[in-house]
Amino acid sequence: MSFIINGLLLGGTYALIAVGLTLQYGVARIMNLANGENLVFACFMAFWLYTAFAINPILGIIIIAPMAFVINWLIYSYAMRPLVNRSKNSGQLEVNSILATFGLLFILKGLMKFSFGGGYFTYNYLAEGISIFGHNYGLNRVVAFIAAAVIAGTLYLFLNYTRYGTAIRAVAVNPTSASLVAINVPRASAFAFALGGALTAASGALLSSFYTFHADMGMDFTMKALVIVIMAGVGDVRGAVLAALMLGLTETAIATFVDPGLTAAGTYGLFILVLLFRPQGIFGRSNS
Amino acid sequence: MTIGKIFKTIAAAALASTLIVSAAYAETIKFGASAPKTGPLAGGAEVSHWPAIKLWVSDVNGRGGIDVGGEKMLVEVIEYDDRTSGEEAIKNIQRLINVDNVDFLIAPYSTGLNLAAAPIIAQAGFPQIAATAISDGIDEIAKQWPNSFWLLGSSSEFAKSVVDVLVTLRDRGDIGNKVAVVNVADAFGIELMNAGKPALEAAGFEIVYETSYPLSQQDFAPIISAAQAAEPDAFIAFSYPGDTFGLSAQAKIADLDVGAFYVGVATAFPAYLGANGAAAEGVLGAGAINVDAEGMAEWRARHKEVTGMDADYWASPMTYVGLQMLEQAITKVGSLDKADVIEAIKTMSFDTVLGTITLDNNINRKYWTVGQWQNGAFRGVASTGMDGEVAPIVKKGWK
Repeated sequence: MSFIINGLLLGGTYALIAVGLTLQYGVARIMNLANGENLVFACFMAFWLYTAFAINPILGIIIIAPMAFVINWLIYSYAMRPLVNRSKNSGQLEVNSILATFGLLFILKGLMKFSFGGGYFTYNYLAEGISIFGHNYGLNRVVAFIAAAVIAGTLYLFLNYTRYGTAIRAVAVNPTSASLVAINVPRASAFAFALGGALTAASGALLSSFYTFHADMGMDFTMKALVIVIMAGVGDVRGAVLAALMLGLTETAIATFVDPGLTAAGTYGLFILVLLFRPQGIFGRSNS
Repeated sequence: MTIGKIFKTIAAAALASTLIVSAAYAETIKFGASAPKTGPLAGGAEVSHWPAIKLWVSDVNGRGGIDVGGEKMLVEVIEYDDRTSGEEAIKNIQRLINVDNVDFLIAPYSTGLNLAAAPIIAQAGFPQIAATAISDGIDEIAKQWPNSFWLLGSSSEFAKSVVDVLVTLRDRGDIGNKVAVVNVADAFGIELMNAGKPALEAAGFEIVYETSYPLSQQDFAPIISAAQAAEPDAFIAFSYPGDTFGLSAQAKIADLDVGAFYVGVATAFPAYLGANGAAAEGVLGAGAINVDAEGMAEWRARHKEVTGMDADYWASPMTYVGLQMLEQAITKVGSLDKADVIEAIKTMSFDTVLGTITLDNNINRKYWTVGQWQNGAFRGVASTGMDGEVAPIVKKGWK
């Protein structure tokens, strides 16, 4: 029983990591390899706010997320827009954006090492047990899970029940047709990229309360997010959450009943199964 | 001024500047240091390795340098980041030797990196005083590379001491017979597990839960949950810094009810107390020092003052000791001749911050193996013959 709750809590964390990339890749069509660095950067910001100003990471999101939104908007406008304009099709944009964000990854990593060094960082926030069905779980993880649910729920409502959300989904489905119905595609793309970055940063702030992080670990998060986004189907928030929960449960089940060393094998095993049997993603519709 | 005169002036100036340069060089000894500043082991190196070097340089230069044949020579250190990679460490050391022309090397940080660098250091004929490596292979390695010296001990002694501490607690009636034991799947963790498991069984303990996990593990909830379900009396983790913190945090959250809780590297870090507060009380960990030994409090205070951070209770002073040994050997030899320095290290008796040290076949045989957080200090509870051991206490909850 405890493994199911542990698995769901881990899955919630993964959902947080992946939802931002879903938006960036699904709508703005930028395969952002610096996604993990963005997240770790937010971990450092949250750490700094907590240790220097005693601002807890949940309040910290109010500062960190808008900041990440602005930075990501600028990154999109100045670094990605030229690539978007130059690329003749989405395949080419994918290749170009992978190369560009690969460079961005090193810039961000270098900045973090320069400012904080290469050491481990950890701080205590809500690192206490909360009893659920007789077992103790980390309160910070439970809080992160609830926050993940709130963030994913809000995003889902925004995308499906607001006018601008619908416009963003239209861009995700077909940018050319979207521009025919008077949707400002460049602006919607920039908005989606920036929102994705802000969500990733918010998840970083939450994660920092229970992860031991260092400047070098961004790639681990990027890989996890990538697996989830591809399993879910590109641009599918519902799918991303479901895929993340599946991944969390699988990893925890393997760590509990088989061996903690085999969780990565479980992750990629699941990934291969989805690619084999539902290459369009869990909720994805097969199209042209 | 004729062309001849101009030429002479330039030549004289050039000659003078060469003399100045060589004079400046004669006064400094160049040390090369390659160790992690980034990568998985950077966190450990930033606590135990780099600050100890900084303190030593400040101490030595503060008293005018190292005495080499009656002349005082200042110390300069060239630092490179090996990104916690053996290949990178080898490249760095080659560069230090061939491009930077260093006089001596400061051995790398950690078991793996010291082993990786040993052949290249031996080939170049430099002494390698490894202060942060633990391995069962040190006797053979020292035989193969007689320029290498090993200060921190062997894995089986560390593992055996953990079992000895558990036996003490069991004999006192503090804990029962059931043990959960886990390890990180990396050199240190695997060697300690290989030595620790048979030792536990030989001492009559029942292993109720056992697993290993990868170095990059972040989620420790399943491991602690599974261990908890097996209802052990003692929990042992042969762990590295990241997982030491992770496992402890999770054990505290889950309120893991054990009478003995042991985690490996980094338990002796001041940050461990900072992260766990009162919950650290009674936690056992790898290595230790005698905090009450003469001069130790003064040394720790100086460490804090010079580097801005607290020394750990295990490898920090040992790293410093390795440098003191190198310094004393250079002074004894009275020159920068590497082969002579190596010979001197083999036979000398060193006066260090950790007391008198002599090596037996290039290996330090007297060292701390297990420490425990007791009243806000990490105290040695087991060793291979050190003075100042205190009795282990039983772990009472996580509040």
